[in-house]
Amino acid sequence: MLEIKNLHASVGDVEILKGVNLSVNAGEVHAIMGPNGSGKSTLANALAGHANYKVTAGSVTFDGKDLLAQPPEQRARAGLFLSFQNPIEIPGVRLDHFLRAGLNAVNKSKGLEELDVLKFDRLIAKKVKVVEMDRAFARRAVNEGFSGGERKRSEILQMAVLEPKLAILDEPDSGLDVDALRVVSEGINELRSPERSLLLITHYQRILSYVVPDFIHIIVNGRFVRSGGKELALEIEAEGYDKYTEAAGAPAGE
Amino acid sequence: MTTSNEVVQQAAAQEYKYGFITDIEAESTPPGLNEDIVRWISAKKEEPEWLLEWRLRALRHFLTLLEKEQLPAWANVSYPPINFQDIIYYSAPKSRPESLEEVDPEILETYRKLGISLDEQKLLAGVAVDAVFDSVSVATTFKTELAKQGIIFGSFSDAVREHPDLVRKYLGSVVPYTDNFYASLNAAVFTDGSFCYIPKGVRCPVDLTTYFRINAAGTGQFERTLIIADDDSYVSYLEGCSAPMRDENQLHAAVVELVTEENAEIKYSTIQNWYPGDANGKGGIYNFVTKRGRCEGRNSKISWTQVETGSAITWKYPSVILKGDNSIGEFYSVALTKGHQQADTGTKMVHIGKNTRSTIISKGISAEHAENTYRGQVKVMPNADNARNITRCDSLLIGDQCGAHTTPYVEVRNNSAKLEHEAYTSRVSEDQLFYCNQRGISLEDAQALVINGFCKEVFSKLPFEFAVEATRLLEVNLEGTVG
Ligand SMILES: Nc1ncnc2c1ncn2[C@@H]1O[C@H](COP(=O)(O)OP(=O)(O)OP(=O)(O)O)[C@@H](O)[C@H]1O
Ligand SMILES: [Mg+2]
Repeated sequence: MLEIKNLHASVGDVEILKGVNLSVNAGEVHAIMGPNGSGKSTLANALAGHANYKVTAGSVTFDGKDLLAQPPEQRARAGLFLSFQNPIEIPGVRLDHFLRAGLNAVNKSKGLEELDVLKFDRLIAKKVKVVEMDRAFARRAVNEGFSGGERKRSEILQMAVLEPKLAILDEPDSGLDVDALRVVSEGINELRSPERSLLLITHYQRILSYVVPDFIHIIVNGRFVRSGGKELALEIEAEGYDKYTEAAGAPAGE
Repeated sequence: MTTSNEVVQQAAAQEYKYGFITDIEAESTPPGLNEDIVRWISAKKEEPEWLLEWRLRALRHFLTLLEKEQLPAWANVSYPPINFQDIIYYSAPKSRPESLEEVDPEILETYRKLGISLDEQKLLAGVAVDAVFDSVSVATTFKTELAKQGIIFGSFSDAVREHPDLVRKYLGSVVPYTDNFYASLNAAVFTDGSFCYIPKGVRCPVDLTTYFRINAAGTGQFERTLIIADDDSYVSYLEGCSAPMRDENQLHAAVVELVTEENAEIKYSTIQNWYPGDANGKGGIYNFVTKRGRCEGRNSKISWTQVETGSAITWKYPSVILKGDNSIGEFYSVALTKGHQQADTGTKMVHIGKNTRSTIISKGISAEHAENTYRGQVKVMPNADNARNITRCDSLLIGDQCGAHTTPYVEVRNNSAKLEHEAYTSRVSEDQLFYCNQRGISLEDAQALVINGFCKEVFSKLPFEFAVEATRLLEVNLEGTVG
């Protein structure tokens, strides 16, 4: 489904990703772990097409098509979803209006029916339950005045509505209390399916005991330095990244 | 803002490139401004002597100002001097375009984008077809319906004939002919406009709109509106969707006066979309309008909501004089400027009565080379105990060649007054646009979404259909300004 080959990406003049290789098949969950500043969000943003993250070498195919040639909205319509580490505020724009615009843009590009207000209302009323929120939550302005936990729930809600093929979740667990962590994890699990793949970026083993990954990759200084099964998380939890960072030299971006 | 195109087009006929106007036959005065012209207009409208006298006093005042070169110079707008002797002050078409085929396709395209129905398009374009006559007759039935409740709603000229005492009592009582340069000019030469009277205790059951006026009255570019809400009455008045025009710079100097008696409320909403000029800043309307309301009675309320997207230059300060105790004044505004547009707009709240309150929410959006200025004044007079004002002026910039300016003036002569002022300037951020894109939303739609969010507080004050129209209008106007 997703094939990343020798991906290099820069922010400004600084090279952050220095040759990332990754292959994700349909239905798989890949966790990505790594120290602060190692390039996890850079990878996520480069895949989603943020203009500040310039790909300087390498290739990415998504569903057999060149991903990097597409503008961000086209990538989204093709089924790529990014749950942001720091979701953006859009003052005055209701979350449900925002999501309807998104879903209809996606549907339209596929020649599917665009949902009118009533149909979408029924859909959103169902989907807010995935993140254990009520309908009123979706009437608030996008991320405006949301708590950290509400932002993360909102991201998962958006994923539940858009039903992407590939979801890149950038630290969906950061800043969550135990109950919220359970809700968000269950929300993610609800979307797991043989057709849907997940790239789950996290610092903590905790979420991985809910959302059990098929693979874990360790990224240090812009490169994947080790890949393994779910047991790798326990090892990191116990030992940290010291042995990798020493081998890799200075952290990315410095 | 429903001045019919023909008047202006007549004046601009020589430069006019689109052909469908020039062959319209019109009855008009020669260019120029003098007593004869004013007398001719007044006679044409079969006005009573007192009104002619009033016009003539206004004319003399205007000519004195002109002679002393006392043109308003404080606004943050620039334009070449206007030669007032070049303007034609009265022109009424003898016939109208016969079908939509004779109307500028670009105008029709804009209507289509705005989602205005074909019948409405015909109405707006002033086409003499059945649909129009249908609408007019609709308007007439409607008028009869309103009349049963004692509501008077119609053209200014009709009001002068049918209700001279009301007109005489209130005309110029809020905006005297000496008020300012353009108000004087308007008083001398105004050709038509709307008149509305809501009697005691009546809540007007529908929004009154100026759509009906367009064809029926064929008003000039100097229209005059007078709305009176008597004790315990309410009216919501909409100043209609305006037609874009294809002209040389053209002056539009309207006057609107509102009066609320005890416990009465007037809610006045405007969508202004005059032709702004072309991409190089050529042509477009000079929109110099004086709008003011007076809360005469206790507990009365006047609320202005405006969405200003058109005109080459807008110079407009809908204001409220809070005379009655406990009266309330509100001003909610969205002003969008792009290309070479200039807008200097805002409000004036004058607190005279006790416990008077005012709220000002101004949202300015600038794109491309445009300049957008908020100019507001809050004045608290010595007897206005416990006056309150809240002012918020937000500016949104698109691109880095445009400008936003905020110029608040405050004059407080009573120590018990409480005033709050907030202002901030922001940009549509890359991150916001990317966030939208990541959900599948195109760049243009993303920008429209962000801007709509910015305007929400103001749009939420508009009647629903007007809000929808305002939203579409912003989208249409912002097409191609991304980045
Ligand atoms: N927009 C940006 N402007 C400047 N530098 C950036 C930007 N985005 C990322 N960087 C730099 O790129 C490097 C990698 O950042 P990135 O956000 O990818 O790390 P991360 O692995 O996600 O870290 P964290 O675990 O803290 O979220 C860092 O040095 C960071 O400062
Ligand atoms: Mg990160």
